[in-house]
Amino acid sequence: MSSLNEPFDTITRQRSAAEFGIWIFLASEVLFFGGLFTGYSVYRFSYPTGFAAAGAETDLLIGTANTALLLTSSATMAVAVWSGRAGFRRQVLWGLSLTALLGAGFMVLKAIEYYNDFTESLIPGSPDFPVPDAGAQVFFSFYWVMTALHAVHLTIGVGAVMTTAIRVWLDRFDWRSTGLLHVLGLYWHLIDVIWIVLFPLLYLLGR
Amino acid sequence: MTDIPQTGPADHSYALPPSYLGAGSTLKSWLLTTDHKRIGLLYLATITFFFFVGGVAATLMRMELITPAGDLVSADTYNRLFTLHGVIMVWFFLVPAIPATLGNFIMPLSIGARDVAFPRLNLLSWYLTAAGGALALVSLLMGGVDTGWTFYTPYSTLYSNSWVTLAAAGVFVAGFGTIATGLNFIVTVHTQRTQGMTWMRLPLFVWSIYATAIMMVLATPVLAIALLMVVAERLFNLGLFNPDQGGDPIIFQHIFWFYSHPAVYIMILPGMGVVTEVLTCFGRRRVFGYEAMVFAILGIAIFSFFVWGHHMFVSGQSTYASLIFSLLSFVVAVPSAIKVFNWSATLYGGHITFEASMLYALGFIGLFTLGGLTGLYLASIPIDVHVTDTYFIVAHFHYIMVGGMVSAFFAGLHYWWPKITGRTYSEGFARLAALLMFVGFNFTFFPQFILGYLGMPRRYWSYPPEFQILNIVSSFGALILAAAYLLPMIYLGLSLWRGRPAGNNPWKATGLEWATTSPPPRDNFDVRPVVNREPYSYHDDGSLPSNRDEHEENVNSQDSEGRGM
Repeated sequence: MSSLNEPFDTITRQRSAAEFGIWIFLASEVLFFGGLFTGYSVYRFSYPTGFAAAGAETDLLIGTANTALLLTSSATMAVAVWSGRAGFRRQVLWGLSLTALLGAGFMVLKAIEYYNDFTESLIPGSPDFPVPDAGAQVFFSFYWVMTALHAVHLTIGVGAVMTTAIRVWLDRFDWRSTGLLHVLGLYWHLIDVIWIVLFPLLYLLGR
Repeated sequence: MTDIPQTGPADHSYALPPSYLGAGSTLKSWLLTTDHKRIGLLYLATITFFFFVGGVAATLMRMELITPAGDLVSADTYNRLFTLHGVIMVWFFLVPAIPATLGNFIMPLSIGARDVAFPRLNLLSWYLTAAGGALALVSLLMGGVDTGWTFYTPYSTLYSNSWVTLAAAGVFVAGFGTIATGLNFIVTVHTQRTQGMTWMRLPLFVWSIYATAIMMVLATPVLAIALLMVVAERLFNLGLFNPDQGGDPIIFQHIFWFYSHPAVYIMILPGMGVVTEVLTCFGRRRVFGYEAMVFAILGIAIFSFFVWGHHMFVSGQSTYASLIFSLLSFVVAVPSAIKVFNWSATLYGGHITFEASMLYALGFIGLFTLGGLTGLYLASIPIDVHVTDTYFIVAHFHYIMVGGMVSAFFAGLHYWWPKITGRTYSEGFARLAALLMFVGFNFTFFPQFILGYLGMPRRYWSYPPEFQILNIVSSFGALILAAAYLLPMIYLGLSLWRGRPAGNNPWKATGLEWATTSPPPRDNFDVRPVVNREPYSYHDDGSLPSNRDEHEENVNSQDSEGRGM
């Protein structure tokens, strides 16, 4: 279990390469979501009233609660990352566990919200779709794709955080000197940042 | 360099020095390798396979087009053939061809690195590419896709009853392989350069791979989201692009071309890098305007993101948008032109020899220039409106993609083959293939410029009889082209067991990849090289031709001392 991998000569260099790599990946992710944001913006411009009417149908309470959960999880993640740097094993484990728990809580609330959306027929193309305004169905098309894609990222994040927590617990890798905790933290914060953009787009619009 | 055993044609032994090839011969040693050189060869096998799959589709199309009536295949089959040809050739041949194959093998060697920064991620990239290709092939075997490679909505969402979801999934998966490769290469160039290999000493091939990697990372996710939206719309009847629910199909085109125009440069920039290496080597000449070349490469990479609207002049975008996209499309031609002028200036006063890879590279310059200049026709709106969706477009992008990019790929393959395999191939046959490719290519695609200008639309399986002569010429050219593509399979294949050992530096080139043994050892260099001079130090600008060989000797001997070999 050496922490230095081929082809690196020093752990510092390896660490900065890993951190640089994750930044590039995050840039790629931003463009991945960017296609959706662009489409959303164009339609928002075409159908201002339809988007406002449809936006009022989303569940503000759950949306706000989820925002609070994710923001808190970024704080616990930061605790894990900086404790890792300082070498505090117990704090790393607590930080990672709480982060995974908060992320899982987000997904439970999101599942309840999805269930409610189904019962209210907030599904594009459904005959009982409640909002008659033009563009309302486009809004909900974006709602589903954006939140589902975010949920996929969050699921991967929760899985990665849990795996890392178990590996730290079992001392499977050198979490003090490799940049892995930092890399994981950056990914987690991106998921949070994307939600911070999604929240006003999908929940605050039209209220 | 002295303690590296020199095996050359002089000793009649066919044995090669110990190398990465001897690091294991089991299937597992290849499929689980993290050696960038072996992964490069995995890519080579993969893209060769897909090249011939795409080539078979093209052959059937050219056979259909020999006669005006649609008689060989049905219209529907023809649609599926050109879609297959496009999807396979773009994503499973052109995009991985130079970056993932030659880039993987050569780029770490050129910067004096032991491997790419993330070797396991590199292997994952190959698996993603291969899995994506497998999905695309399965969609073909299940019945094919009839939307064209662009997956335009609403064809792909509302009207196509073919295997769009599966094919799009294939491209989606392969896209993540491309992103991972791009990420890996960027980090590699930043962190793995050897001592003394400053940014302004990087070979231009490395610069072009680096710029390509940036485009891969920033453009490919946009394609992924476009395809994801199409698939989501198909599976769940969403209204993202469906006019019945308020959607706009044009949005798809914008998002798609935001990827696909940079993708054109993802395909051609690495080719430009290869050609620069080959021209300087066989012109025995330092590259003209190194800094200008670097900024041209970066300029192309940046501007490529701002020209996508020129694919949509007739799609109903606003007049002002069209005007600006037209202007920007002219602007992006400037760095490409700088490169062409610099290549020409590099050759001026050189000691040019016509090895096979040089023939391919010279062919590249001519064909790329023709393809690029017709690109300017298409960037001007009145001409584009006249020839949109005609064979003029088909000819234009084949001049760039096949005439340019495929020629460059073969130039690079022939240039680095002795390094990759350690063996030499038959130079005579290679030159014949290069010549055939140039001639066959022009016979195939030049008539298509005329056909398009006369108004023959693309993507039809039948056509009015007055177009038959030109179509026959084109199909005849395709026959020559097919022979030119099969030939290298034979002589390069033969070279693997009949070829003489090439020696470390058969072309007397300056790149670091030539400073190690052929084929290189598992860790690339026995001693990490140290760089103390610019790339392409073939000879000084002002030196007289009569003195050049002597001067080069000096440079080469300095070189071996300087690198501490």
